[in-house]
Amino acid sequence: MIEKKIMLGNAAIARGAYEAGVKVSAAYPGTPSTEISENIVEYDEIYAEWSPNEKVAMEVAIGASISGVRAMASMKHVGVNVASDPLYTVSYSGVNGGLVLVAADDPGLYSSQNEQDTRCVARAAQVPVLEPSDSQEAKDFTKFAFELSEKYDTPVIVRTTTRLSHSQGPVTLEDRMEPEDKKYERNPAKFVMMPGNAKGRHIFVESRMKAMEEDGCEFSINRTQMRDTSIGFITSGIPYQYVREACPNASILKLGMVHPLPRRLIEDFAAKVDTLYVFEELEPVMEEQIKSWGIHAIGKEIFTLQGEYSANLLRKAVLNESIDVVLPHQVAARPPILCPGCPHRSVFSVLNKLKIHAAGDIGCYTLGAVAPLNVIDTTICMGASISSLHGMEMAKGTDYIKNWVAVIGDSTFMHTGVNSLMNMVYNQGTGTVMILDNSTTGMTGHQDNAATGKTLKGNEVPAINIYQLCKAMGIKHVIEIEAFDLEKLETVIKEEVNRDAVSVIITKAPCVLLKGNVYPYKCKADTIQCKKCGLCLKPGCPALTKNEDGTIAIDETMCNGCGLCMQLCKFGAIEKVGKE
Amino acid sequence: MMKTKNIMIVGVGGQGTLLTSRILGGIILDAGYDVKLSEVHGMAQRGGSVVTFVRYGDEVAEPIVEEGQADVLIAFERLEAMRYAHYLKKDGVLIVNDQRIDPITVVTGMQTYPKNIIETLENTYTTYQIDAMKEAKELGNTKAFNVIVLGMAAKHMDFSKESWLNVIKSTVPPKTIEMNEKAFLLGYEGK
Repeated sequence: MIEKKIMLGNAAIARGAYEAGVKVSAAYPGTPSTEISENIVEYDEIYAEWSPNEKVAMEVAIGASISGVRAMASMKHVGVNVASDPLYTVSYSGVNGGLVLVAADDPGLYSSQNEQDTRCVARAAQVPVLEPSDSQEAKDFTKFAFELSEKYDTPVIVRTTTRLSHSQGPVTLEDRMEPEDKKYERNPAKFVMMPGNAKGRHIFVESRMKAMEEDGCEFSINRTQMRDTSIGFITSGIPYQYVREACPNASILKLGMVHPLPRRLIEDFAAKVDTLYVFEELEPVMEEQIKSWGIHAIGKEIFTLQGEYSANLLRKAVLNESIDVVLPHQVAARPPILCPGCPHRSVFSVLNKLKIHAAGDIGCYTLGAVAPLNVIDTTICMGASISSLHGMEMAKGTDYIKNWVAVIGDSTFMHTGVNSLMNMVYNQGTGTVMILDNSTTGMTGHQDNAATGKTLKGNEVPAINIYQLCKAMGIKHVIEIEAFDLEKLETVIKEEVNRDAVSVIITKAPCVLLKGNVYPYKCKADTIQCKKCGLCLKPGCPALTKNEDGTIAIDETMCNGCGLCMQLCKFGAIEKVGKE
Repeated sequence: MMKTKNIMIVGVGGQGTLLTSRILGGIILDAGYDVKLSEVHGMAQRGGSVVTFVRYGDEVAEPIVEEGQADVLIAFERLEAMRYAHYLKKDGVLIVNDQRIDPITVVTGMQTYPKNIIETLENTYTTYQIDAMKEAKELGNTKAFNVIVLGMAAKHMDFSKESWLNVIKSTVPPKTIEMNEKAFLLGYEGK
């Protein structure tokens, strides 16, 4: 079968896993990695799951590999931090069936809390890394990663970035391979990583990486393209495309494997060119190693450590071209915001009114940090809301957090928030935790989780009941409230923040974008009744604007009919009407 | 060798730019060109400013369009047209949907929504405008507005009407084929 299709980088990675004969895939959603699993789910031959977090996903894939099948875990860069515990040790134990971790970095921070470089993690964990530069390579390298994994007895990281994951390009499809399952044999020296055994495996790891460094010089994914030798680039991934675009005549060593580096190949290339540039986004991972071998190269002296690169960046920095561009118009910024009808807006409008600080977490509700809601004070990582609130209390005393809550979503609570809540109970904190249960993982585009009652494959399963889960921890005060019930929210929040015991307030209303969640109403403003007080505008719903005369206008195509503005209006100037 | 053609689609997260780029990608591949499309997923989709880059030709390397390089800029919203207009080549074509969506910075009074956007841009660029939302309402489905805008932009690309209609048929959900075909023709042929 030869068929060409235009595919998203992430879809191509999924296709690569399918063609490689992968049988198990586990992941936790996170931009820019989410679509890998959403595409894998299309292949019936692969068991695929959303795990509650990346550590669990990695361990599921490890188990599958030990049992003898090809397995894959995928996650965003910060997810790799969560999964790093198993990752560092599976590097020692190695694999049985091929094991691949897809790590999606986010240079430019399109949807992340930091700009970390997974290659640094890979070096520390001594795990090889492949880096594709377009959709076709995304598929091919993923397949090759499984070959390498089995040949060298190692997990392999396929590193992608937002630009690759979310770019589409042509891909030639091939049939699925059906590699035979590897036989499982009990082998504690390899798979039981206690000190005595791990010592032996550490020696193996060093020799494995050395062998890959040498063999890598012959891998077809590490390609030398000799052209004009006055300028040479060592590059990989998406930056390779910028080199091709800006300097089509330059010589290039394009590395498909960026760890370990194929030293001899690099030394040969460096000797053939007059000026050598190392062109890599984010950290100088290749550059520092290459320079440590005594090779003269130019890198971060002229290329930034931040954000994405471009062809124009090269034209300016290397070719000294002046780029003739028109200055952009200075126009109003348009940052992302909570959607019209979002239940988080309702909860935040109450917190804002009560002047309560919120220790925040990772999800759409992070958007509660900006004007006009200004409710979220902190965002660190998944699950940190509850534990950091606890830390504040232990530092400053119980009274200090009487005007604080922790705010976390249902999926993030299941991810790692649940551990933090256990800690608060165990160590006698008195924090108020608000779980904003919108029945989905919203920010990443609506994935199910253990509390929604549906799996990645779409099977209906018993949902883990968050209320009961909190109760089971021995928390006496667990309250469920409808997220749009402003009056009750206010009463309950006031009461719970002042209580000298842990309490959990679960606010419930499905995400307004969730499939099948269609509100039957729209809100309509009566400009005669409107007193122009602006109270309805305070929560910052994007469907509401002012008319020229200062009265309220509601955009009917944007309004989802949640009725928050109607509840806020003291003059009855907003009403809910049925949709036409 | 064909020079790479650069198209940009800009708008507000949630306006459906991804469907437009899917149709565009399909037609380019059908025509046998190399193509790269670069999209925005994740946080910005929540009402933020979003941009899709589409590049096609004999061989495409860079997946993004840079300032001053776009042949066609398709803007689903006026302010976004203004934000990205400097990406156009001097002889580039601007297609703008005459719709205003206030960003939160305007709603809260921190910044203002510029006046006379289209008039300003018309002075510099070849500009075509359409109130696609109004047209879509008349068609009976507001969701079709982006296909109307695409139809208007299609005249400035290298593909026949028939190939556009074919790719629409194979891209959109079966139930919406007829409506999307109508929407496309409305933009393509005018009324």
